[in-house]
Amino acid sequence: NFTLTVKLPPVTTHKFDATLLPTEAVTSKEELMKYFNDMFTIRRIEITSDAYYKNAEIRGFCHLCDGQEGIYVGMEAGVTHDDCLITAYRDHGQAFMRGETPHAIFAEMFGKITGTSKGKGGSMHFYNKTTNFYGGNGIVGAQVPVGVGLAFALKYQKKPNISMIMYGDGAANQGQIAEAANIAALWKLPAIFICENNKYGMGTAIERASANTDFYTRGDTIPGIKIEAQNILAVRETMKLAKKWGVEHGPLWLEFSTYRYRGHSMSDPGVSYRNKEEIDKVRATRDPIEYVKHLILDNKLASEAEIEDIQDKIKDDVNKAAAEAKKDPVPEAKELLTDVFSHNRKYLIRNVELKDSALI
Amino acid sequence: VSMTVKEAINSAMDEEITRDSRVFLIGEEVAQYNGAYKVSKDLWAKHGSNRIWDTPITEAGFTGIAAGASLGGLKPICEFMTFNFAMQSIDHIVNSTAKIRYMSGGKIHGSIVFRGINGPAAGVAAQHSQCFASWYSSVPGLIVLSPYDPEDARGLLKAAIREDEPVVFLENEIMYNKKFDCDDKILDKDFILPIGKAKIMRQGKDITIVAHSRMVGVSLEAAEELAKKGIEAEVINLRTLKPLDTETIINSVKKTNRIVSVEDGWPHGGIGAEICALMMESEAFDYLDAPLERLTSADVPAPYAKSLEEIFTPRAVNVVNACLRVCNK
Repeated sequence: NFTLTVKLPPVTTHKFDATLLPTEAVTSKEELMKYFNDMFTIRRIEITSDAYYKNAEIRGFCHLCDGQEGIYVGMEAGVTHDDCLITAYRDHGQAFMRGETPHAIFAEMFGKITGTSKGKGGSMHFYNKTTNFYGGNGIVGAQVPVGVGLAFALKYQKKPNISMIMYGDGAANQGQIAEAANIAALWKLPAIFICENNKYGMGTAIERASANTDFYTRGDTIPGIKIEAQNILAVRETMKLAKKWGVEHGPLWLEFSTYRYRGHSMSDPGVSYRNKEEIDKVRATRDPIEYVKHLILDNKLASEAEIEDIQDKIKDDVNKAAAEAKKDPVPEAKELLTDVFSHNRKYLIRNVELKDSALI
Repeated sequence: VSMTVKEAINSAMDEEITRDSRVFLIGEEVAQYNGAYKVSKDLWAKHGSNRIWDTPITEAGFTGIAAGASLGGLKPICEFMTFNFAMQSIDHIVNSTAKIRYMSGGKIHGSIVFRGINGPAAGVAAQHSQCFASWYSSVPGLIVLSPYDPEDARGLLKAAIREDEPVVFLENEIMYNKKFDCDDKILDKDFILPIGKAKIMRQGKDITIVAHSRMVGVSLEAAEELAKKGIEAEVINLRTLKPLDTETIINSVKKTNRIVSVEDGWPHGGIGAEICALMMESEAFDYLDAPLERLTSADVPAPYAKSLEEIFTPRAVNVVNACLRVCNK
């Protein structure tokens, strides 16, 4: 079986023994092809979402993650679905990697009953209980203490797993992150804080929002590691280490250096606070999909033609999934009043007109 | 003059910042980005970094800082991208600001406006779609304003900024870009509406409809429908939710003998519940020919799907239905 040893990019650490970190990663054709598939699928989901949004078929807020795919795919390559995951509203990549189909993802964004949340949540609110994906939080930074709570539950139940808590550089200054970090450190919880640093919190560059932009140091006493997260193998190896560390020692503070190609959300063109050259440069030099594609091609694991066929097929599959989701039924009026409470007990749920209320 | 609600808020802030050097705007993306919803467009370019302050995404921090600045003699306009995010910092609105005059025996107080988007919006789901009108209205020491059109927005925001109290100013995203033909008088730099006074938007003798914010428009639409059925509805735009203009509501009910309340907040302990209590506690009770009926959003978190969202908040058809029932028609 062919294996490939790849040198990893340099890392920066805070109160963490850097010699513990791997400097190279071993991978295989099978792995690389899977990473390529998954990352390219996520990118196609985002590109397709963009088109449907612009056609007013996806509503409200929609935050796309293209440019950051290596993180979502790389993280899952280092952990299992028994490890908890929670994030903010830029959550399509995680939803896919935690087991949702493109069809169910699109159906949710189209507000269909076949969506992952029956159309009740939309783009910002994907969840999957069976794969321990806890969303999908729309309030900046609020998922962080909740993620530490998931870590608490894991430790309480003596499970050998970690809670991966994702937030952006913009959220990094929220006070509740510091509160949760202090408790995680005190109680040695298996909480892995993961700052996706894509350089901008909405339209504000990190230097204008953070007095300390070394996000990997912001856990204070919690050891920190900063990596180049456009390299999927670096992400994977870091998560493997984080899992072992988290279960054995407690919290770890990761900074994933990344970049978003799009604006903050669909309503932000994303060019008023940075220039196009900057975006183009990252696309040309740090694209996570291109990195894996080059590993495949340079090592002759597949031909250009084969890669193109795979891309065409994924593109086609994602397009079809969206088109099919479009045809699905919307939630019926009675669904308005369901899921407020469990169905174990009946409660009167009041409707707009009192006469339309129901015991649900 | 033709104006949008957003332009009204923008121009009111612009003029008040120009008028009083103590007034400044603070919030997320309010300066260089011109506001997440472009409400503060051009203010930073015009007034500079000493008057228009971009903050990190740290609601508890900047709200507390704004509160402190108000105690220190400044007059902050503290913008929340939406009031949903003010839940991160509600302690500073309630505990650090609203109560301080009382706690200090009248010695210390803050003059501050907390403003931003409130209420259900379009397609943004449960965490970004919620009305806080009744929450803030329940707090002693807060004034709560809820404009409907550009006249309200300009006149009430200027009043709020000049007021010597903490004011919660609840805007509505769906209304931001609605254009209205307004009386030229609202352009006056000193156009101030009285706090605590409602406005009768439409005169009627058969039934009173009480509403605020976007629901005023829904109620006016319903009143048109009712007129076709021979029912003349009087539509009251509350404008101020705390202190409530009880006099205008009671006088209207004395005339019409019937009342319906409309809001897009939740039913339990809502503004409609307060109006209902007013009917029980005042002489209006003796004039009622039928029980009040409340229209509210359904008692569920805001759904994302359009098919559900459309029936989550009151529509004109619901208001018409309720008015017909209350009129025994």
